[in-house]
Amino acid sequence: MGFRDYFKMPDVSYRVWKVWLRNWDVFMKTIKVNFIPPFLEPILYLAAMGFGLGSYLGDVEGISYPKFIAPALISISMMNSSFFECTYGSFVRMYYQKTFDAIVATPLNIDEVILGEILWGSTKSVFNASIILLVVSIFQLVKLPEALLIIPLSFLVGVVFASIGMCFTAAAPNIDSFNYPTFLFITPMFLFSGTFFPISILPKTLRDLSFVALPLTHAVHISRSLTLGRMGADYLPSLIWLFTVGTTLTILSINLMKRRLIT
Amino acid sequence: MRYVPVIYAEGLTKYYGEFLAVDHVSFQVFKGECFGFLGPNGAGKTTVMKIIQCISPKSSGVLTVKDMDVEEHPREIKRILGVVPQENNLDPDFTVFKNLLVYARYFDLPGGEAKRRASELLKFVQLEDKKDVVIENLSGGMKRRLLLARALINEPEILVLDEPTTGLDPQARHLIWEKIRSLKREGVTIILTTHYMEEASQLCDRLVIMDLGNIIVEGKPQELVREYIGSEVVEVEGPPEAMACIIESGEVFMEFGGKLHVFSRDPERLASELIPKCKSGRITVRQATLEDVFLKLTGKVLRD
Repeated sequence: MGFRDYFKMPDVSYRVWKVWLRNWDVFMKTIKVNFIPPFLEPILYLAAMGFGLGSYLGDVEGISYPKFIAPALISISMMNSSFFECTYGSFVRMYYQKTFDAIVATPLNIDEVILGEILWGSTKSVFNASIILLVVSIFQLVKLPEALLIIPLSFLVGVVFASIGMCFTAAAPNIDSFNYPTFLFITPMFLFSGTFFPISILPKTLRDLSFVALPLTHAVHISRSLTLGRMGADYLPSLIWLFTVGTTLTILSINLMKRRLIT
Repeated sequence: MRYVPVIYAEGLTKYYGEFLAVDHVSFQVFKGECFGFLGPNGAGKTTVMKIIQCISPKSSGVLTVKDMDVEEHPREIKRILGVVPQENNLDPDFTVFKNLLVYARYFDLPGGEAKRRASELLKFVQLEDKKDVVIENLSGGMKRRLLLARALINEPEILVLDEPTTGLDPQARHLIWEKIRSLKREGVTIILTTHYMEEASQLCDRLVIMDLGNIIVEGKPQELVREYIGSEVVEVEGPPEAMACIIESGEVFMEFGGKLHVFSRDPERLASELIPKCKSGRITVRQATLEDVFLKLTGKVLRD
């Protein structure tokens, strides 16, 4: 496979929607349980870090610590929900359940299956981010209505992490291999993307690296501007960064998956 | 029956990397017939099925389904195909009925129509009372029947059955056979792979025997047996002296599983001659089968 083959335009149609709907149907079976983790998790983080640890801290960059971490908690959940959906979730459907095999025996093709999965992962991001947004709004930690723009943002961030996850899924020899991207990529990002302390205190090289290489840095950056009600153009580069990386990796992951599955 | 070819293969070849899985095979499947691929595991049967289903690209040669090239018209071909895969891929996240509905959606069937067909098909495969059961609570035979029902949801013109009864007990197998026969009567073209010679001779109008990626022989099951073996086979089992008198007799035989299989044009005479000569051996006369054809042509047995 040459370089160009990795970025070949996928052959997709409206049928992508059917793959999305399949996952939606499964999700709706357990809808009541699905609300619990994204509802409880931010409350735990806010209690421990925001109100617990935060009570020892003064303001961070002029804002209270709970308000500082609220957008980070939303961004982290965008990352986790879409990344894990398109790694463990997609791998189980592909490898153990043979769901992809069953679908490609119908008029759908593998391109549509993978894009459907990525869009589904992104939908999970929207779902989780929206619930957390509700929680932090109840605690009056975000400025409304500006913070509502988090919802469309969560879709874009979802596409980025879902497609990153899908690239790993295309390469994963078995389900345990997801431990590597989780500990080498997701966990450092969780800590060093301006989530619990501003990246301005990092050495310049690390700060630059964080902006160039870590998608969560961009997600947190935009989210924080939105929850603080700072509507400015300074997050435009981050938006462009997320959009470019999201589309590129979506196309790449589809081609990687085709290489894995079409033999 | 008019002989309209619905599947046409010419010099079809498939490599997996360096490994040659299908080696220049040519065949035609006619409308309304049941066409079989008989052969041991690794013969290339499933690979041919995957190429027909447009999910595995061929390396070279021609394969058309209703005059449509598999590479140019995969969606159109898949729309008229029903597939029962070798490996169960029912959706474990859904119930029996929901499995059919979700599958119907992939074929753009509207909801009401999908429900109507799903109910009809569950009746056809005798699973009406399992409608709301989740997949993991079905027996092996039930899963196979549900896979068959799922393959029929788009009212396919061609049904591809990849080892439809492997691993099933005889009762479950006969139930599947009965369903396949009734579909054939309705005029569905059926392509079937199997390594059970009984299945092939029971169901197939015509078949090919495959081994190591090649088609060894093609024909109607009974005619193949008659042409290559005859009506009966004499089996001789016993001590070396008994074996030796077959070798002396100059008859064509194959050795397998500690037995000599003698393919004689006149088995009755042969057996009556052998019985007094080879007292120490056990001599039986049985009906010839496709298994013997395979054994004679390849020197191997179908099942390992």
